Amino acid sequence: MLSYILRRVMHGVVSIIGASMLIFVISRMSGDPIVLLLPVDAPQSAIDAMRETMGLDRPIWMQYLIFAGKALTGDFGNSYRWQMPALNLVLDRLPATIELALSALLFSIMLAVPLGVLSAVNRGGWIDTVGKGFAMLGQAMPGFWVGLLLILVFSVHLNWLPAFGAGGVSHIILPAIALGWYPVAAQTRIIRSAMLDVLDSDYIRMGRALGAPERLLVWKYAFRNAAVPLVTVLGVYFASMLGGAFVVEVIFAWPGLGRTVVEAVFARDFPVVQAGVLFTSVLFVVSNLLVDLSYGLIDPRIRHG
Amino acid sequence: MTDAATLPAVRPPLLKVENLKTYLHLKRGVVRAVDGVDLEVAEGETLGIVGESGSGKTMTSLSMLRLLPKPSGRIVEGSITLDGTDLVKLSEAEMARDWRGQRISMVSQDPLTSLNPVYSIGDQVGAPFRYHNLAKGRGAVRKAVEAVLARVRIPSPAKRIDDYPHQFSGGMRQRVVTAMAIACSPRLLIADEPTSALDVTIQVQMMELFRELQRDSGVGIIMITHDLGVAAGICHRVAVMYAGRVVESGDVREIFRHPVHPYTRGLLNSIPHLGRKRRRLEAIAGQPPSLIDPPKGCRFAARCPQRMARCDDYPPQFEVSTGHQAACWLAEPRP
Repeated sequence: MLSYILRRVMHGVVSIIGASMLIFVISRMSGDPIVLLLPVDAPQSAIDAMRETMGLDRPIWMQYLIFAGKALTGDFGNSYRWQMPALNLVLDRLPATIELALSALLFSIMLAVPLGVLSAVNRGGWIDTVGKGFAMLGQAMPGFWVGLLLILVFSVHLNWLPAFGAGGVSHIILPAIALGWYPVAAQTRIIRSAMLDVLDSDYIRMGRALGAPERLLVWKYAFRNAAVPLVTVLGVYFASMLGGAFVVEVIFAWPGLGRTVVEAVFARDFPVVQAGVLFTSVLFVVSNLLVDLSYGLIDPRIRHG
Repeated sequence: MTDAATLPAVRPPLLKVENLKTYLHLKRGVVRAVDGVDLEVAEGETLGIVGESGSGKTMTSLSMLRLLPKPSGRIVEGSITLDGTDLVKLSEAEMARDWRGQRISMVSQDPLTSLNPVYSIGDQVGAPFRYHNLAKGRGAVRKAVEAVLARVRIPSPAKRIDDYPHQFSGGMRQRVVTAMAIACSPRLLIADEPTSALDVTIQVQMMELFRELQRDSGVGIIMITHDLGVAAGICHRVAVMYAGRVVESGDVREIFRHPVHPYTRGLLNSIPHLGRKRRRLEAIAGQPPSLIDPPKGCRFAARCPQRMARCDDYPPQFEVSTGHQAACWLAEPRP
């Protein structure tokens, strides 16, 4: 198990290095930040001087090595725009994004698990039909539109929940729903088909022959087996929520990392983009590692294997 | 032939199945999976139900447990009387609460897939005790589980109770499944091909275990098998099923020595005998009939080497000798 974890960590490190290279090159292909930093009528000499002080005159591989060397010591450079360390900016915004992504994940699980399980148990029944319709609706509605609808209904008309900003629990409900809406459909389908497989298995039949109450068979003995494929996709969804959060963050004015990085991209604020993307990829790798480890908790065959 | 084959003294039947008809209502038609079956099992007796796949033996056993495939399977006629209660008339809730696992139980076909891979043996074997409130509290359940694991001869049960199914061999898993089935000391145990997935040496051990359990508890056993060797080794009586009906039944020695029904004879001819002069094994030609629209007369007629004109009418059960019945015109007493 330990060597397995170490191997996964090594893979993760390689992925993070790859991601940092990619974002380094791509962000520099987006244009010259100096054009945005200096006045339009700045003389060429000033532009050249600025470029030299920022190190942007050197070959890109050298720039990357300098960046990587400094990053290892925790120095991601200063934001061009905010004149503060990019690292501080990112670390300042990261918790809000994690909070949003986790809440969205929780929302999607809370909806998808009962819907998927009940659809499987009452296969072909009305719950199954409702679940299918719901799943289709979920996939057909893009997050930003769901977000706007939620604001319209719950903030504007009903005035139940705040439309934007961060604060107490009430602030996170709408953005979490908007972000968690999409994966509900896929998760419901995964749980439904996994449950159908498990409910058809010999050990569930055996449980029935021994007089097990149906409720216990479904929620204890079957569900734990069906949870393995669900956990697999949870890691992927959490990661995609981190990445996809920026749309929802913009709509709900959520002070998260996604919004910060998008703003930094528009401003060609390379240090912030680099630090932001790097931390997102670290989170991605960590969440996938946690998923791998959680298999062992669910399935003893993996724990002992 | 072993001592298991001796017929026990006459006792009141523990289980009496009368004219059982179980149909599967599918889109392509109604499959008459079980079509008028009569069976009896006495206390401490092992009845073998023998037949090829599709003969209705598994559907018969699922009917007894009232665990037919939903929503297609239904018992349309007949009665299944266990200990004086007609199980057909019970509600699903009564079946689950008071009967399944407690008075009637099952050992399923494949030990490798009959145990839940993500729960420990202790949890799974302890489950029937908890379902039926036969042991209360963690300690009591654990004690009961250790005792029942010892009964199925699992070495050092206290050490293995927290292990998971994948840590057991196939034979040991079948013992665990058996432990679950006998946990609540049922009156009737249905064993559906309990040894077909195991090595031959393990098969012998399992049959020995069933025999011991029966001697200790007097449980009635229905052994469902397509293997006549298994039937000969452990059953007191056998019922041969073909196309949803019992075609011949009786004491196991009688059936093996004097089979009357051509289907039974065909089955016996298709098993190889060691030591005998090598001769061709005879396969029964043809296929069993469709049970959606079965022939009116004898269902084996189309494959029968001794077919007669009368076979267009379904033969009644003729008494060949005491306790030996065959549904074949060949068995009709001569005037």
